[in-house]
Amino acid sequence: MAYHAGMSMFRPSQESNDARPLAKVAAGAGVSLLTAAVGLPLLPLLDLVNVAVLFLLAVVLVAIRLGRAPAAAASLVAFCALVLAAHPADASGFGPGEFRYAVALAVMLAVGWITARLTASLRAQAEGAVRREARTRALYEFARALQPALLTGQVFEITLRFAERTFDARGAVLLPDAAGRLGLPARDAGMPVLSVLDMAAAQWAYDHASAAGAGTATLPGNQYVYLPLSAPMRTRGVLALRLPAHSLPAAPEQRGLLDAFAALAAIALERVHYVEVAQDTEVKMEGERLRNSLLAALSHDLRTPLTGLVGLSESLTLSRPPLQGGQMELATALRDEARRMSTLVANLLDMARIQSGGVRLNLQWQLVEELVGSALRACRWQLGARRIETQMPAALPLVRFDATLLERVLCNLLENAGKYTPPDARITIAADADLEAGVLRLRVLDDGPGLPPGREDALFEKFVRGRQESPIAGVGLGLAICRAIVEAHGGRMRAFNLEEGGACFELELPLGEPPPLPAADIAESQET
Amino acid sequence: MNIETSPIALIVEDEPQIRRFVRMALEGEGWQVHQSETLKRGLIDAGTRTPDLIILDLGLPDGDGIQLIRDVRTWSPVPIVVLSARIDESDKITALDAGADDYLTKPFGIGELLARVRAALRRQHKAGGEASAVFSFGKVAVDLHKRRVERAGEAVHLTPTEYKLLSVLLANVGRVVTAPQLLREVWGPSNADNGHYVRIYMGHLRQKLEDDPAQPRHLLTETAVGYRLQP
Repeated sequence: MAYHAGMSMFRPSQESNDARPLAKVAAGAGVSLLTAAVGLPLLPLLDLVNVAVLFLLAVVLVAIRLGRAPAAAASLVAFCALVLAAHPADASGFGPGEFRYAVALAVMLAVGWITARLTASLRAQAEGAVRREARTRALYEFARALQPALLTGQVFEITLRFAERTFDARGAVLLPDAAGRLGLPARDAGMPVLSVLDMAAAQWAYDHASAAGAGTATLPGNQYVYLPLSAPMRTRGVLALRLPAHSLPAAPEQRGLLDAFAALAAIALERVHYVEVAQDTEVKMEGERLRNSLLAALSHDLRTPLTGLVGLSESLTLSRPPLQGGQMELATALRDEARRMSTLVANLLDMARIQSGGVRLNLQWQLVEELVGSALRACRWQLGARRIETQMPAALPLVRFDATLLERVLCNLLENAGKYTPPDARITIAADADLEAGVLRLRVLDDGPGLPPGREDALFEKFVRGRQESPIAGVGLGLAICRAIVEAHGGRMRAFNLEEGGACFELELPLGEPPPLPAADIAESQET
Repeated sequence: MNIETSPIALIVEDEPQIRRFVRMALEGEGWQVHQSETLKRGLIDAGTRTPDLIILDLGLPDGDGIQLIRDVRTWSPVPIVVLSARIDESDKITALDAGADDYLTKPFGIGELLARVRAALRRQHKAGGEASAVFSFGKVAVDLHKRRVERAGEAVHLTPTEYKLLSVLLANVGRVVTAPQLLREVWGPSNADNGHYVRIYMGHLRQKLEDDPAQPRHLLTETAVGYRLQP
């Protein structure tokens, strides 16, 4: 009975059932006395057997209404009344003739007992049906109340409200953080205070996805019961409830109800979670789309006049008849500055793309040698007469990177070398694979004046800090974008001065597991 | 200059300053130049002017230049050189696979432009005449009949895959061949996702045929687009 009693709506009926058994017995006897008062005066008109049947009827009614003991009392009173009615003069003397009354008594007792039992079991069934119905209704109402909830807070509020209504329990919903540690959502002043021990029990319930606390096998001494909110995808949190003593989840039916309750709350939490995910994604996509279209428009609008500028200034240098010395110098300077400007704009746009997170790396397994070759081809003009050397082992592994962006990194480094080294400097591009560290190392070295000592790392930071005045103008943006690109690839970048003089810019890219070649081709390459 | 015999170029580009210097550059080389500002106008001019060369901007105000390539390719092999922005590699690949002959990344120099134009014309003339069986670039000589490759007079051994790759590049000498196209032609249509095959074998070819594989002069990489065999 413990579980049903827990449902607050049944508490009044439970009390009436247990009320004063003695009074009931007295009431049973009273009914028989009343029957005697009505039936015995009729004895002259009716046969004794008929009056006995009246008593039997009274016993049956008492059994139905009041139960076994009152029915037995009614039977005894009826028996006495019958004996007295048959032999009013000799009430004390029970002879063998009175044996028939004993039979009547036995029959009445049996009828009363059987009737009472049937009635009791019928009543129990009816009450059970009502309770089941009420339970289903409670769950149904809970589910319906959860349905329109769109925020986690709403789910909490509804869950706690129904916990109070259904179980007469106060409680809290505990949610995990990113690391899976549970914490109280700090929002409700009326929320119960959970101790460290309570939180540990809740954490256990969360980690093991099974109930703990009062009335369960784990930590039954705790005053709360901790129900994991297990949704299809994962456990969403823990529902801590402080149940009244009479409704602890010992009974399987009560456990079932609590579990169903927790499952509903969990599913609602999960649904709300995915609603939030969907909304977030939509906002993010919208933001990304906007950013990309803005950058595309900006890049088009900047590049178009620059293309004109580069082309027109070059047309000037090629004009016929050829320009005079001074004019030619101006036209050439104009062309070179226009080209530099377009490199700058390309850097600026790449930086904007990478910093806004809108860049999608086009990662492919690439040959480093190919990267170096195409970067040199694109930027050779900025290096003038400087000697260029490449040091590259023939068997470098494939590395996964975005070739366009890495080409920009190398071009920026070469452009810097072109700006900050004397015209007869030697520039070396060296690559090697450090299999132990799992990185590919690519270096651009020169034998020029080197970097301002102590400021090697600051060179990369300039742009990020936004300090635009700098003794070495232009470096900030180029190197900042280099580092941003390399770091977007999961690599690192640094600059230092060489012992023998000159600067070294070094970037490291993680080595992965390059994809295999087709079997036929492997055989073929071994053949060579 | 005799207008009757000078070749005709069509520039389809919405930006007047870019049109201006491209026109000046081509006129300096003896071209007769027509200009279209829109895709629609370009389609009409391509049909009526019967140009010997089309310079096409991919980003036109009234549509995608690729449409014009597809349209023109249904009836004419006229060389098409595409102008495109740096970050739009996939557009370049689409344009090249749709039948464009070459591309220039904005901003581009006039020297570059004229070199591409000359190469495209040379290829077209060659396609009209007898196909040569012997190619040479730098120190390398390839005899397609004998399947023989020599570098500085010495025979070079190429694996069948390397040879096939080289022959596809030779068939398109001077022109960008996109990585997807190389994959299709050398490894077959089911290998579209294996871009690294091409890169590895281009590396092999460079090791065998170039003086300095890290600074190639003939087997050039067009970053994120494809490869070009530069004679």
